Amino acid sequence: MSLPPAPSSTRSTSAQPGSAPATSAGLAPLIVTHNLELFYGKTRALKGISMGIQERLVTAFIGPSGCGKSTLLRCFNRMNDLIDHVRITGQCHIGGEEIYGRDVDVIELRKRVGMVFQKSNPFPKSIYENVAYGLRLHGTRDRKTLDEVVERSLRGAALWDEVKDRLHQSALGLSGGQQQRLCIARAIAIRPEIILMDEPASALDPIATTKIEELILDLKKEFTIVIVTHNMQQATRISDQTAFFYLGELIEYDATVKIFTNPAKKQTEDYVTGRFG
Amino acid sequence: MIAEKLIFAISLTAIAMVFLIFLFVGREALPIFAGNISSAANQESQPIPVAEMDRLSPEQLRSYLNLTQTEFKEMDRETLQALMEVRVDAAKEDSTDRDALVNTVAWRYLIRPYQWTDYDKPVYVWQPVSKIHKYNIIPLVVGSLKTTLVALLFAVPVSLGAAIYVSQLARPTVKEWIKPAVEMLSAVPSVVLGAFAAIVLASALQSLFGLQYRLNAGLAGLALGISSIPIIFSIAEDALTSVPRSFTQGALALGASRWSAAWQIVVPAAIPGLFAAVVLGFGRCIGETMVVLIASGNAAALSASLLEPTRTITATIAAELGETVVGGHHYRMLFVLGTLLFVVTFLTNVVGDVVMHRLKNRLEGRS
Amino acid sequence: MTRRFAKTRTDVAALFFTGLTGFSTLLILALLAVILTYLAWLGGGQISWRFIFGGTDADMFDTEKAGVFPMLIGTAARVFLMTLFVIPVGVITALYLTEYANPTSLLTRVIRSAVNNLAGVPSIVFGLFGVGFFISFIGGSLDSLTASPEPRWGKPALLWASLTLAVMTLPVVIVATEEALKSIAPGLREASLALGATRLETVLRIVLPNALPGILTGGILAVSRAAGEVAPILFTGAAYYLKDTPHSLTDQFMDLAYHVYVLSTQSPNVEQTRPILFGTVVVLLCLTFLLNLVAVLIRARIRRRLRSAH
Repeated sequence: MSLPPAPSSTRSTSAQPGSAPATSAGLAPLIVTHNLELFYGKTRALKGISMGIQERLVTAFIGPSGCGKSTLLRCFNRMNDLIDHVRITGQCHIGGEEIYGRDVDVIELRKRVGMVFQKSNPFPKSIYENVAYGLRLHGTRDRKTLDEVVERSLRGAALWDEVKDRLHQSALGLSGGQQQRLCIARAIAIRPEIILMDEPASALDPIATTKIEELILDLKKEFTIVIVTHNMQQATRISDQTAFFYLGELIEYDATVKIFTNPAKKQTEDYVTGRFG
Repeated sequence: MIAEKLIFAISLTAIAMVFLIFLFVGREALPIFAGNISSAANQESQPIPVAEMDRLSPEQLRSYLNLTQTEFKEMDRETLQALMEVRVDAAKEDSTDRDALVNTVAWRYLIRPYQWTDYDKPVYVWQPVSKIHKYNIIPLVVGSLKTTLVALLFAVPVSLGAAIYVSQLARPTVKEWIKPAVEMLSAVPSVVLGAFAAIVLASALQSLFGLQYRLNAGLAGLALGISSIPIIFSIAEDALTSVPRSFTQGALALGASRWSAAWQIVVPAAIPGLFAAVVLGFGRCIGETMVVLIASGNAAALSASLLEPTRTITATIAAELGETVVGGHHYRMLFVLGTLLFVVTFLTNVVGDVVMHRLKNRLEGRS
Repeated sequence: MTRRFAKTRTDVAALFFTGLTGFSTLLILALLAVILTYLAWLGGGQISWRFIFGGTDADMFDTEKAGVFPMLIGTAARVFLMTLFVIPVGVITALYLTEYANPTSLLTRVIRSAVNNLAGVPSIVFGLFGVGFFISFIGGSLDSLTASPEPRWGKPALLWASLTLAVMTLPVVIVATEEALKSIAPGLREASLALGATRLETVLRIVLPNALPGILTGGILAVSRAAGEVAPILFTGAAYYLKDTPHSLTDQFMDLAYHVYVLSTQSPNVEQTRPILFGTVVVLLCLTFLLNLVAVLIRARIRRRLRSAH
């Protein structure tokens, strides 16, 4: 690899030489894309995305439907691999390592880059087994360890008190908001570095949404979070950085405060003020 | 409106037909279920003296002499008289034969072994055209179960494996090829599969394993398995596909391989559907006729061996109904077998149907 | 630098089972390929104009002279007659299920369950049903009504074989038609109703014409299924040998699929008549596959419409 060697931590690496990717903070970013493009067959869904995402911050992706924000999110854990006829060019580095490299194991990648989906998708198993699934998958067999991690993860997802008496009942019996927090518990149980969230609260009522938002603010102490949202208030409430996408292009990427109060581009301003056609 | 009432009435045909099948197959078998018919040479079936020949209608005479329509038509009066004399003589002999007094269509003789004269132990025998009509159904039931077992042992792993591969592991383009191929396999008529098995496959297996019998239970089971692959595959594939993709995505996002996601998440969720596939496959195998009729060797002897010829319930009906006298005890016995078959497949269908319905409700209720 | 996403272990189990299930899939494809190639190879040589259009006047077991034309006519007659019964009933049932029935009502569930059940009844039981219901009951009743001295209706006949097959293939037609009806955009119906058309008018003028390809598919699949069936016609109409093709509904008939059965079990000399057997098999297979191919092509078009409608 032609990358410069990482100075101290393997996590912090400078971006590709040449054009500096769009970042707003001064620290070395954890996720770096350079001229990333994605094609569905012949349609170009992502156009030359270059950006860096900072560690232990919440980064929000906003933009109208079909702007490519979810597609970009799914590039970071290579979930797009599952779709036929998808082609990706450009670079996407996490912790300095090209994730589309030839000998990258997507399983290792997805262990380190967790994901929470728009629609909660607990497995049709017990609450306990849902959280323990990832651990078992990656080789943890010891019952005591499993018990500990399940409890810690459920506490981490602010769900423990609600479910501790029915850990072995079906997860499908939980409410929508509880299911989504269970999915978050399931994701953090395997200690990823990054959690990708694809509109995690869009199917929930306001109270459940508030709980998820509080949880996200809590989780950013330990995890790097990238969240796609349709809800601009949500972005202002929880995110540190915001990226605005339109028609597959990254239009503007800056501190959330800046994007919502003093955007540099006309398109961004139109969108965040609701004047968007 | 009249037209709409008519549409409604016609749409009940399917229900009516299931009901009528049960009714009319059962109706022909009823005298045996009710015990109103006897095959014993007792008082009621005393031979009719030749002198009384003209008191009988032609139809009565025909059924008394156990003749088919065509046989009856071709015989002249002298032949018929001679046959009646044979009857009278036979009855004299029969009265000395212990077996002849047995009503072989009584339940006891249908399902339990019986020690006939000249046998050294009680046996299960299906021998409807011997002098004593022996109607023990156990050899046929065992024959059906034996071939079905072989068929399922072969078809279930192959079909379920392929269903998992096609629905979970393969690229969508593979699916576009395999599904029409399976449809083609299901379009091969069972009589053709039977002929293929009895001629091509039988010789191949015989020379390969040095088998004593060309046509045997194992061969019939194998051919039966091929014919049941399409139904087991289709139902299993349907069940696996109806498990929401979001489960798989959730597992993959946690770092599961495609196989782990399929085996640990999708398969457990679809278990009822896979069970239904096996149950319906069983119903299909038990009811399949032409494959076993052609390839099983058709020996109604009770045996546990898979390498000996065997005879199933379906093949017995197909092979013997044409030779029976309408309304006779043999004819009615074959309808008893038919009723049995209908009841078994009806139950497997209902179980399969209910299980699939529940599964889909449960999986779709959440989406 | 540390390669954190590099492969740390090979998941042997995953590889093994993916291979195993892939092998199962391949096995099914291979079985199909072997069966078809073998049959084509064994029977292909027999196919000629004379074989297809020749009769059995000389000797039905003579490889040089025997043809399958009378059997083709018999099979064609019984399946054609069958479609006359099964298509109206099947289409109307499908119409009721999609256009009128309350999808959650008990009656609808019972009808659907009966359709599924009918599809699972063993074909030999249909044969018994044909004998018990059509020949004994209906045929017998007709004979006693007309007081005919000879049984005219109460015996195996083309009509009874066709009716038996119609009962058997009813689910095929219902399922295919239903699929086609569901593929019609709901907007089309609403537009018609909004213009003041009654439900029946909407069904007759809008829904039915649009469902025509689906009805056709159902009919073709039913024909293909019925053409290969032997068990239901064994006792309801098929004949081992006849001098003539059927002239009336009460005649018996020779049949292609039944002929395959006759040749593979009751031939006087199995070795010698094998070419005729496989020739007949090839003709039968071509018939059913051709029908299936047409049905698959039409259905693919319907499914594309279904995807765009919803």
